[in-house]
Amino acid sequence: MPCKILEKERLIPGQTSKLVIDAPHIAKKALPGNFVILRVCEKGERIPLTIADADPERGTITIVYLVMGKSTALLETLDAGDSILDLCGPLGKATHIEKAGTVICVGGGTGIAAMHHIAKGHHKAGNHVVAVIGARSKDLLLFYDELSSFCPEVLVSTDDGSFGHKGLVTDLLRQRLETDKTVSEVVAVGPVPMMAAVAKTTEPFGVKTTVSLNSIMVDGIGMCGACRVSVGGETRFACVDGPEFDGHKVDFNELRQRLAAFKPQEKASYDHHCKCTCAGEK
Amino acid sequence: MTATAERKPAGGRKIAPRVDMPCQPAGERIRNFEEVALGYTQQMATEEALRCLQCKNPKCVKGCPVEVPIRDFIGQLAKGDLEGAYRTIKSTNSLPGVCGRVCPQENQCEGACVLNAKGQPVAIGRLERYVADTYMALDACDHLAARLTCPAVDPELRVACIGSGPASLTVAGYLSARGIKVTVFEALHEVGGVLVYGIPEFRLPKSAIVEKEVQALRTQEVDFVTNWVGGRTFSIDDLFAEGYRAVFIGVGAGLPRFLGVPGENLTGVFSANEYLTRVNLGRAYAFPDYDTPVYQGRNVTVYGGGNVAMDAARTALRLGAESVRIVYRRTRDELPARHEELEHAEEEGVILELLANPVAFHGDEMGRLTGVTLQRMQLGEPDASGRRSPVPVEGDTYELPTDLAVIAVGTRPNPILLEATPQLKLSRRGYIEVAEETGETSIPNVFAGGDIVTGAATVILAMGAGRRAAKEIRRRLKGGE
Repeated sequence: MPCKILEKERLIPGQTSKLVIDAPHIAKKALPGNFVILRVCEKGERIPLTIADADPERGTITIVYLVMGKSTALLETLDAGDSILDLCGPLGKATHIEKAGTVICVGGGTGIAAMHHIAKGHHKAGNHVVAVIGARSKDLLLFYDELSSFCPEVLVSTDDGSFGHKGLVTDLLRQRLETDKTVSEVVAVGPVPMMAAVAKTTEPFGVKTTVSLNSIMVDGIGMCGACRVSVGGETRFACVDGPEFDGHKVDFNELRQRLAAFKPQEKASYDHHCKCTCAGEK
Repeated sequence: MTATAERKPAGGRKIAPRVDMPCQPAGERIRNFEEVALGYTQQMATEEALRCLQCKNPKCVKGCPVEVPIRDFIGQLAKGDLEGAYRTIKSTNSLPGVCGRVCPQENQCEGACVLNAKGQPVAIGRLERYVADTYMALDACDHLAARLTCPAVDPELRVACIGSGPASLTVAGYLSARGIKVTVFEALHEVGGVLVYGIPEFRLPKSAIVEKEVQALRTQEVDFVTNWVGGRTFSIDDLFAEGYRAVFIGVGAGLPRFLGVPGENLTGVFSANEYLTRVNLGRAYAFPDYDTPVYQGRNVTVYGGGNVAMDAARTALRLGAESVRIVYRRTRDELPARHEELEHAEEEGVILELLANPVAFHGDEMGRLTGVTLQRMQLGEPDASGRRSPVPVEGDTYELPTDLAVIAVGTRPNPILLEATPQLKLSRRGYIEVAEETGETSIPNVFAGGDIVTGAATVILAMGAGRRAAKEIRRRLKGGE
């Protein structure tokens, strides 16, 4: 059943937007770590997007996406008042959250939005949440205010030094782990190289590290196996066994290769879309 | 009366040969996704219907898991009473257009036909297909004298089906025809389950057949809710809290099995479920007009020997592959696929790579599949299932180039609903345990049927299970027999 978009905010114009969607049935059940699968139009593909926030009372969920191919470009053409054709969820296993002390939540790029929901869950469970977020520059930093509203510490790094530490999130993470022995868990959501780097950073400290994997999915309900990842030498399905796994056991190289599987087709689809829309037909 | 006596028709009438089904020529059909078998004409159907001996004690009906009164519908068809024939089939079968196409008739009704002794049973499946297609075409054109009427549905008697495949559609058809309100919840965006994501268009047209069968259920006031995932969007307890009186679980088989050999996660190795879902549900054959992409392999290898393997192989041919091989550990005689599908596949150019078993996949530096190492096999002693088990021929391995591999070796139970419903009793293999007679699970008034109970099987067996459960649900909700 189509779900109406109530609010749209262009976080980074032309690149990243936030949608608040009317979906009471999903909002009621959504937990940190869950995702949805959506389809924008009749001929559209099914794409997975992490739930960045859920408000069961208002009956809404929030998603944040990066425009990177045809499907997200189509999603970007929708505005408040428009509807998403299919919205299915909440999917995936929820984040394992328990009161454990200090938890560092690391987010990069659009992953910060997804990390936000997890950080909120840890905060509600009574944990001391340290948010570590990074972007190329200050303008591209997401969810700083939202995280600041409940995280006692929000540490920022930018590639160009326009805000916070000049460098990578892993620099901040390493410094923290070196000085703070109370950290019980590190959670990382973001691009694959970032998650791999976080896992590598935490490993010498022996801190439990959870990563949220963005594998290619088709159905998202455990049917197709497109999202399979190697974790500790075993094949697991990100959609039903994950999307969160032990970062120290994930084969990130394989994940990176599998994510590139459809690059030529994605480009063909995007070019086809641009040609069609330029010619005045959709 | 013995079967031999029954086989001889009164007056010693000679039985005419079985009427062939016209097909698209192989050279043509591998370039499109249109249906391969074209169906009987009226004349062919009548001629074939007249071959039926109208046995006093018809064995064909016993061979049918949903007990279609086969003799009666063929008799009506032979007399030109198409509507009568349709009503007769519909009295026990909610999906005649589907069953006429994908049932393994040779093992069921046709396998039990007395004419089978000469290898020429009545073409029951083709006749069923003719009746369903022709009736639906007439119905669509308002050419029918009287439509099937829908009984008054009691809004208080609500039943939920989880999953919208053949088992649930059967439950919905049976109960709604008896005045019970059914809501079907489907996790995907399209209704039909395996009929939509699994079986290719060239074997079972989606809009022409599946959608029409679903539409027929809608006119019986069955509600369909898509994008609702049992165990995630709602629980079984939620359904009872909302006033449903019984629940039927027909969520299918689920997680694909892999071979467990090195290189299996290389780019270009797909499960059959993924490959077929991309093409069938996502219409990837029409990419980039449709957005779902799929790999176009040049040298394709498919692992497994069932109908799903045939479907994947034939799909790859239609998507432009240069060579398509079905790699199977046993010989041609043991291939579990339907004979007709195997025949169609071979006509189209699918190569059988028999007595071979994959031991490793190989890829390039980008992680893309380039080849496979196969182990030569031979048949040894029969295994527990009675089939001769394949054993490796020591030291005899060989390489095949392949850039698209499709694994079609079955499935495991999907965990989503089962994990969310820990009180459901499962079998040792992890499927739902049910009472054989009624299909009831360990939770009162919760029934299950189809692949989530049996493991991957056929459409018609799922429908048989649906019918059993539906009978019991009806009895409990309305009483009587």
